[in-house]
Amino acid sequence: MAKKVALLQGNEACALGALYAGCKFFGGYPITPSTEVAEVMSVELPKVGGKFIQMEDEIAAMASVIGASLTGAKVLTATSGPGVSLKQELIGYACIAEVPCVIINVMRGGPSTGMPTGPGQSDVQQAKWGTHGDHAAIALVPASCQEIFSETVRAFNLAEKYRMPVQVLFDEIVGHSRERIEFPEPGDLEVIDRQGPTVPPEEYKPFDTSFGDVPPLAAFGTGYRFHVTGLNKAQDGFPTTKASLVDDEQRRQIRKVDAAQADIEKNEEYLTEDAEIVIFAYGSTSRSARYAVNELRKEGIKAGLFRPITLWPFPEKRVAALAKQAKAIIVPEMNLGQMVLEVERVAKGACEIGFLGRVDGEPINPGQIIDKVKEVK
Amino acid sequence: MAFDYDKYLRPGKLPHIWCPGCGHGIAMKGLIRAIDICGLDKNNTAIVSGIGCASRLPGYVDFNTLHTAHGRAAAFATGVKMAKPEMNVICVGGDGDGTAIGGNHFIHACRRNIDMTYVIFNNSIYGMTGGQFSPCTPTGAKASTTVYGNPDPTFDISKLAIGAGATFVARTTAFHATQIDKLIAEGIKHKGMAVIEVLDDCPTTYGRRNKFRSVVDMMKRLKDIAVPVAAASKMTAEQLEGKVLTGVLYKEEKPEYCEQYAQVIAKAQGA
Repeated sequence: MAKKVALLQGNEACALGALYAGCKFFGGYPITPSTEVAEVMSVELPKVGGKFIQMEDEIAAMASVIGASLTGAKVLTATSGPGVSLKQELIGYACIAEVPCVIINVMRGGPSTGMPTGPGQSDVQQAKWGTHGDHAAIALVPASCQEIFSETVRAFNLAEKYRMPVQVLFDEIVGHSRERIEFPEPGDLEVIDRQGPTVPPEEYKPFDTSFGDVPPLAAFGTGYRFHVTGLNKAQDGFPTTKASLVDDEQRRQIRKVDAAQADIEKNEEYLTEDAEIVIFAYGSTSRSARYAVNELRKEGIKAGLFRPITLWPFPEKRVAALAKQAKAIIVPEMNLGQMVLEVERVAKGACEIGFLGRVDGEPINPGQIIDKVKEVK
Repeated sequence: MAFDYDKYLRPGKLPHIWCPGCGHGIAMKGLIRAIDICGLDKNNTAIVSGIGCASRLPGYVDFNTLHTAHGRAAAFATGVKMAKPEMNVICVGGDGDGTAIGGNHFIHACRRNIDMTYVIFNNSIYGMTGGQFSPCTPTGAKASTTVYGNPDPTFDISKLAIGAGATFVARTTAFHATQIDKLIAEGIKHKGMAVIEVLDDCPTTYGRRNKFRSVVDMMKRLKDIAVPVAAASKMTAEQLEGKVLTGVLYKEEKPEYCEQYAQVIAKAQGA
């Protein structure tokens, strides 16, 4: 039987991906250019017995999804840069309390109100360093409508598997583009549920590391009475300031992601095998870059595309290898230099790094990338 | 027979962090007795707080407990209640937590009339951070950030809750210990947003600065300013000057938020 297809906006595909993953709660606050995610969820969630709530502000939206997640529900919120800024304290809370949740950031221009209807890619470092304190981060950057669907599903899987917030960032161009999407049937994409406790309630500790770096998470209202706090805590979940326990907790929460890099990392490469010039691009910019690679190849220039789909944790090993192989890595992005810093960091001077930034609300077009490559070449 | 608080307390988590003379312990015992009066199932009850002295309460009691970020208790609690409406959800926190940084969440929880019970421990000060003034610090009073006297007007939490749409609002004081459980129990039983304001005392950061010579003096003040609503109806405006009404201040039956949303679900599913 033919797969069900539709012509959808990226934002709409995101909401449908969340439903595919089993999302049962959406708490949000309207902000352009992410609003269609909330609008579709408000229509679709009650059909499957899920709950949609439009909260009084962005902070409340983030709080509500954390609260709902603790009852065992898969939860989503969707916003844009200024909204993520407001949510940051509680994203940190979800990190330290290890509460699974998915946060969509449809990136627009900034800082502050910036360009509400214009695209940007300038929240990519915010996704890693936005909240305070030391913590791990997972952020995904899909580049098409189809990929928004599947990466939203994957974001839920990673949130549930690693018990932490996961951000999905797409620029306004990807979020508002209408494209053909082919809907996966149930079972086509993997759907992961969080691991619950196997011990009886009286033995349960919410941060019991004898089960590994990702301890099982019980749900409120199921007989497992436990304490959740944003304070540093011992394995039983109660606050502690004991240096060794605080140190253990902090390091474990970073280690759980570091150790799982291979599972979390996802990249796409196009003609990189023999590439002398590698273009590192993500989101809508990667689509211009792919076009540029084809044009450059026609001219005999050995260009290739490296496209991170997982942006955080950063694909260090592969980018370092490409830096050794290539003469140059070019980083075009809709900001004035954010991921290029990471590329430079891991390249460690092994090749030339070229940067192309644009922050005028217009997409980076293939011609600009071609010109930049020739400049370096 | 004496009431068995141990049934609801977590073993090994006491002593609490509250200072000698603080009214929060009295309020916590009132809350525990209220839960007992209502016969709530511990497994099916969540207690949610923000940050501050009162917000440490959830650590001591044996329920599903959630100690969140400053001011956010009502917003977290809304997520818990919406996702699992069959749970009893109780918020606890101080006046600064609930009505300053958390003011927006507080008024909107009231507006939605979501079925939760919010117990505000109003000691008129930010205790944990060292006695800075809160929206409930009396005008003219001293705090660590108002050493010349507080220039700010003061919130009346109960009036704020009524104005915002809460459908059960009551007030008592830490002096009136036996009234605390009764009012909280009535709030828990009420379907909708119930706010119970418990006026209490912070001898360490408020009393000291404002010339209360002892905790007894602070308690005596709570006793003196409290006027039951029934008695107040027979008093003149002059007699009520400086007094605070106690008891059930407001009660009405109105559609509750989760029940309203259940209708949305029914509609979406074609009922």
